Amino acid sequence: MRCNGGLAEEVADNVRSFPATKDFHPRICLLIDTALLYLLLFLGLPLVAVFVEAFSKGWSLYLSALNEPDAWSAIKLTFITAAIAVPANLVFGIAAAWCIAKFEFKGKSLLITLIDLPFAVSPVVSGLVYVLLFGAQGWFGNWLQAHDIRLLFAVPGIVLATIFVTFPFIARELIPLMQAQGKEEEEASISLGASGWQTFWLVTLPNIKWGLLYGVILCNARAMGEFGAVSVVSGHIRGMTNTMPLHVEILYNEYNFVAAFAVASLLALLALVTLLVKSLVEWQARRSGEPLHGEVK
Amino acid sequence: MLAYPVLGISDVQLVASSNFRSTRFRAHSVLPGFNLALGYTLLYLSLIVLIPLSALFIKSATLGWEGYWDVITNTRVLASLRVTFFASFAAAVINVFFSLIVAWVLVRYSFPGKRIIDALVDLPFALPTAVAGITLATLYAPNGWLGQYFAAYGIKVAYTPLGIVIALTFIGLPFVVRTVQPVLADVEAEVEEVAASLGAGRLDVFRRVILPAVFPALLTGFALAFARAIGEYGSVIFIAGNMPYISEISPLLIVSKLEQYDYAGATAIAVAMLLISFVILFAINALQWWTSRRGSR
Repeated sequence: MRCNGGLAEEVADNVRSFPATKDFHPRICLLIDTALLYLLLFLGLPLVAVFVEAFSKGWSLYLSALNEPDAWSAIKLTFITAAIAVPANLVFGIAAAWCIAKFEFKGKSLLITLIDLPFAVSPVVSGLVYVLLFGAQGWFGNWLQAHDIRLLFAVPGIVLATIFVTFPFIARELIPLMQAQGKEEEEASISLGASGWQTFWLVTLPNIKWGLLYGVILCNARAMGEFGAVSVVSGHIRGMTNTMPLHVEILYNEYNFVAAFAVASLLALLALVTLLVKSLVEWQARRSGEPLHGEVK
Repeated sequence: MLAYPVLGISDVQLVASSNFRSTRFRAHSVLPGFNLALGYTLLYLSLIVLIPLSALFIKSATLGWEGYWDVITNTRVLASLRVTFFASFAAAVINVFFSLIVAWVLVRYSFPGKRIIDALVDLPFALPTAVAGITLATLYAPNGWLGQYFAAYGIKVAYTPLGIVIALTFIGLPFVVRTVQPVLADVEAEVEEVAASLGAGRLDVFRRVILPAVFPALLTGFALAFARAIGEYGSVIFIAGNMPYISEISPLLIVSKLEQYDYAGATAIAVAMLLISFVILFAINALQWWTSRRGSR
């Protein structure tokens, strides 16, 4: 950064959208440098370190660490889990946003609070509640065992725990957005003779598409990356109930650092793609003039 | 309603009576799908969140008051709660301070690469916690990129409570930045210029104009980062060292109790964590309400 304090007037320092080429006052430079150093230390370095560690022993070891049956099954399980959890929470998010944003009823704010509840619960506790329900000593434990159904330490438990931790993501994105948009367009569509489904597909959905996509991306990132909740219900059976984050943990604890960081680098890549798509969605929404987060003036 | 023309006059009565009924629970609307959407929302919410969470409280009730008190007042449990809350508090305070600077710089100044940096702020949301955990542990290990400089001064970061604070600072970073950013953008640069031209010094402008405006948002960000940090598991366990009484966090203690099939003990700690964080969030909400009321006078 070019910092040439003598040229800048202190009064002008506070003006927003300062031209990028203009020189800053030294005090402002110090401020910007502090912010950048903080972000570099806490965000930039970890991100770089993941890839450096993953490639520290060269390409061939990196590839062979990924090209391994346990790694493949972890990748597959992660995708299956997200492929079930995200659509489930998507349908719920739309239903919840439809009744909350388009209708007036009693107990609405309580319902909104309850939807946010999973955010206030530790991931470990999110897993624990399913152990209490479906575990051997749990409420349904005996019944499940008698009918030879395995939920815990198996894929269904992992999916349930993932649904729990990603539960509010799409709903809390859509509710304020649809509230801000009001219901006049839908009412016009209905009174002109369109059916409920037609109104939803042709009027509501085009209005909320960017917000919906935004919620889906964040929900997916969390679903694929969830560790605490899944760790409690998974049972850590290699090649069977290990998702990618759990596989990373096992490799790391075995001091197999290259392999651990190789799998971690895939997850970091996923995070980068998430951030990229998120920025694109924000940019697209701003360009088309549709508010993304339903800010109410 | 038009779908039942054969009903003739009785459907008028039906509509009239259903309208009459609906005014009690919800206001009348021409839009369809309320019952379906609300019914599905409540069913899904109950199955995924409410019933499992109630299992937590019912299970802890089976311990009885004395049994519960015994688990909670165990010195190892108390030590873990202390570590968890102090580290979360320290991380949230660090984030409030530095995130205000980051948010300020991102809102007020433009410099090359600003958009990328702005997008990168959300990295802790998108990066799986296990990846963050192993990366931070590697960076801050005594022979790591950053740890070696601390080691030169005899400071151990990884595998000590200091490492927990580092991990929790990483996790909480976006919460404060993203809550403060929009509020700061709303503070008109003109207001500051007016204050400055009326003879206020830079510190006065900050203290009297900017701080009161962003204070509620800072508190919200603090509360969100704090609440998230208390429950955090994945990013902490790798860097913490997990020594009982020193660097063992409560979520880890829950997991180790579960591994010993001590469901009741795990549940008791989980309930204690939930209750304490509810109390803290409630206190912060009350404080926020108080400051916003004072500010509006």
